[in-house]
Amino acid sequence: MSIDRPSGDVVLSVRDLEVSFATRRGRADVVRGLDYDLRRGETLALVGESGSGKSVSTMALTKLIPIPPGRVTGTAMLDGQDLIAMSERDLLAVRGRRIGFVFQDPMTSLNPVHPIGRQLTEGMRHHLGISESDARDRAVDLLRKVGIPAAEKRLDDYPHQFSGGMRQRVVIAIGLSCDPQVLIADEATTALDVTTQAQIIELVNQLQDELGMAVIWITHDLGVVAGIADRVMVMYAGEIVEEADVDELFADPRHPYTVGLLKSLPVLGAFDRDELAAIPGLPPAPTDLPAGCAFHPRCAYRDDERCVSERPPLREVGGDAGSGHRIRSFYEVAEDDRRAAATAGIAAPEHREEDAS
Amino acid sequence: MSDPRVHQADAELEAPSTRHQSQWRATVSALLANRLAVFGLVMLTALVLTALFADLLIRQPINAQNLADRFAPPSSQYWFGTDDLGRDVFSRVVVGARVSLQVGVVSVGISLVAGTLIGLWAGYRGGWIDTVWMRAMDVLFAFPVILLAIALVAVLGPSLRNTMIAVGIVFTPIFARVVRGSVLSVREELHVRAVRSLGASDRRIILRHVLPNVAAPIIVQASLSLAFAILTEAALSYIGVGVQPPDPAWGYMLSDAQRFQRQGWWLSVFPGAAIFLSVMAFNLLGDGLRDALDPKQRSVIESRGVE
Repeated sequence: MSIDRPSGDVVLSVRDLEVSFATRRGRADVVRGLDYDLRRGETLALVGESGSGKSVSTMALTKLIPIPPGRVTGTAMLDGQDLIAMSERDLLAVRGRRIGFVFQDPMTSLNPVHPIGRQLTEGMRHHLGISESDARDRAVDLLRKVGIPAAEKRLDDYPHQFSGGMRQRVVIAIGLSCDPQVLIADEATTALDVTTQAQIIELVNQLQDELGMAVIWITHDLGVVAGIADRVMVMYAGEIVEEADVDELFADPRHPYTVGLLKSLPVLGAFDRDELAAIPGLPPAPTDLPAGCAFHPRCAYRDDERCVSERPPLREVGGDAGSGHRIRSFYEVAEDDRRAAATAGIAAPEHREEDAS
Repeated sequence: MSDPRVHQADAELEAPSTRHQSQWRATVSALLANRLAVFGLVMLTALVLTALFADLLIRQPINAQNLADRFAPPSSQYWFGTDDLGRDVFSRVVVGARVSLQVGVVSVGISLVAGTLIGLWAGYRGGWIDTVWMRAMDVLFAFPVILLAIALVAVLGPSLRNTMIAVGIVFTPIFARVVRGSVLSVREELHVRAVRSLGASDRRIILRHVLPNVAAPIIVQASLSLAFAILTEAALSYIGVGVQPPDPAWGYMLSDAQRFQRQGWWLSVFPGAAIFLSVMAFNLLGDGLRDALDPKQRSVIESRGVE
């Protein structure tokens, strides 16, 4: 499969990424054939329910999942090197240095027994080979950059002396500490209240402009997606079901699942909608995926035998070719429903204007 | 930062940053608030000082026999009386403190280092490494402590050094289990995964990030094990496979005293009291440390009515 889009230098190119785990109930296919390109300075949002494979697909890039029972195949080219084929020893030099991680929970992703300064400088000293005092200078710069007041004084404080939002800033500073080309933010704002969330999103946007890194932002919050993403990939049962530029996705969603997600969002002031539209059923277990389209048991647009027996390919849709709007479905959502979902989604882009102010 | 709102809000939130109370300081103050633990600490200090300055404290060379004064009761000359050979019991108990502490510290040191390394490795790696090591520890654990120690000394030959080695081996599985159990929960914590995502090697993660987080149970276990190590040494010496004469050890002083119970109660009471007090001191301190380091566990135990 080739994706021809005429823009930016590709930093990370993922092809046929598959992740599976050997379990007692058989093989669990958690990520099933992911293809995407990540460009310099771009923010790619990975959206989906819990268990849709968004986190695992990014952790698998640097083999942060246990192997065995895990198994990773495919390619992930970073600077002409295939991460999937790399040895553990070589990966140590990639993790944190070229791919930075920011985890979900700022309360637990810092080590309670070390002062934050030590946790900040650890990666820098290890990867950049700089002296303790240089690393501390850099750490102060970083803390300032992420908006922590009185940074020099706070280096020797322990994590419990920081508030949740401040800790998440520290975690982001650690993720950024070695100037990675790619920053993976895994539910980085989910544990925070909305005000802090908005600050962190603003912060990452700003740092991204400054540093030019690419960001993969994993979330299940479509409001956050609207606020931060350039491009969105919607994942379901370990595969991409829809991929589009963020405006296009909210304005013109095509996949039944995406439409279902958007319709399930509450809209402020939408008095004509009595209740939120839920998608019936549950996502399938990765050990027991349905034949054909993985979404077909829950799909309102299921039409014929094909949906049940044949796995739909990821195909280009939408008006202008080369827009990169792809869906994995034989049938597109009807015009009316699309419009209804897009109206629901409008709440989100407005939210975005607010954040950017 | 371009956004002044952010700063303002945070400055308010971060006001208490001047306080710098480390966990260490909190632990010490919690420990000092516990009267029993302080009592244990004071007794231990006395014990350690006694052992260190034993040479200055003794009133007679420990093996000097004074056959004219056999079985002399406690007096101003012989504070703890004399034994069947007219040796000063006080001097022998004082020097015995050195032997007991030495056995305790060295053997617990052996088991702490070995058990912690095994526990860290097995717990962090999991899988068959964990299974093999922990089943081996279970085998050691299955034997009664004294019996295993006797067997080991029987193989190695009775001496002070071999007693320490035997007790060290016997206590290794306790540390291995405690450490492994803690590692199992710590290694799943997000900050361990986070530091792995930063490119830290396994060795670095285990030593710098997991070990400090399991230090509390290790410290508590060490303190409690010191008590049991002293008791085990006393038992071994009592049955004659531990410390060998002429080095005085509380255990075999007790066993000697047994033969002369009619002639002098002081022969058994003073070494016995020495064992009792030092074991109790380590236990009180250990309990206090556990309470100070882990308030949660304390409430669990109290609610069960165990202590």
